[in-house]
Amino acid sequence: MNRFIIGLVAGLIFGLGLALSDMVDPDRVLSFLDIAGAWDPTLGFVMGGALVPMALAWRIYWNRQTPTGTLALPPAGSIDSSLLAGAALFGTGWGLAGLCPGPAIALIGIMAAGNFSFSFGLVVFLGAMALGMTIHQRVAVPGVP
Amino acid sequence: MYMIDWFWGLAGGLLIGSGSAIYLLGTGRIAGISGIAAGVLRGERGMAAPGFLIGLVLGALVFALVSGPPSIGLTPSLPLLTVAGLLVGFATQLGNGCTSGHGVCGLSRLSRRSLAATAVFMVTAAATVFITRHLIGG
Repeated sequence: MNRFIIGLVAGLIFGLGLALSDMVDPDRVLSFLDIAGAWDPTLGFVMGGALVPMALAWRIYWNRQTPTGTLALPPAGSIDSSLLAGAALFGTGWGLAGLCPGPAIALIGIMAAGNFSFSFGLVVFLGAMALGMTIHQRVAVPGVP
Repeated sequence: MYMIDWFWGLAGGLLIGSGSAIYLLGTGRIAGISGIAAGVLRGERGMAAPGFLIGLVLGALVFALVSGPPSIGLTPSLPLLTVAGLLVGFATQLGNGCTSGHGVCGLSRLSRRSLAATAVFMVTAAATVFITRHLIGG
């Protein structure tokens, strides 16, 4: 229950940040990605702002690790083909819709507040995203993360 | 973009980073949303991940209730949104992360993998927008 509360608070602040910066609006995200159009640099400020508390958090996190402590980190692997192929395909999907997982999930909250103009498209996207995750889980080679 | 958007972008970014920092320091896990969502879909144990997803929705809901629902532009057709969703779902699992996992949590710890992933998805996303808006979209 304790961890549920920590997760809830962390998610709440994250969701507030996405909404405050307007990154829940796919059109805003696409305007950042559209470097040949009327370029909107806001997303750059959002990412830059987000890196500051996180860089600090990593310092605190590393400092309190004991020598025998285990780090809950992704494998410090090499830059392999699945990383690059995954990133390339993710960018393609992100560029098609202007939606990535965080804003897509946060938009459920905007919908719940009474803006239903985008709800059908959002549900279709979220359903397809969940299906894509499930497909990967089915075809992934066991043991390879 | 209006001048004031820089400020809100930065302020929102600080909140996003703070939420990720609380998640890291409170649970020892990385606030990568694609990983969190996939873990919940798989039915993994642990309450931090479902808590985070519920909080994410509540955070946006609280903002919209206080300031009024923001205008949202989601214009792609349903077939396009289906393809985009499938790609985002599949590829974030293949590449171990999305904008939050690689772009925020990974870059802030100077991970080489995350730096490479972020550079690649930024380029392919910008290329996709260029193609859909300027080459075939018009």
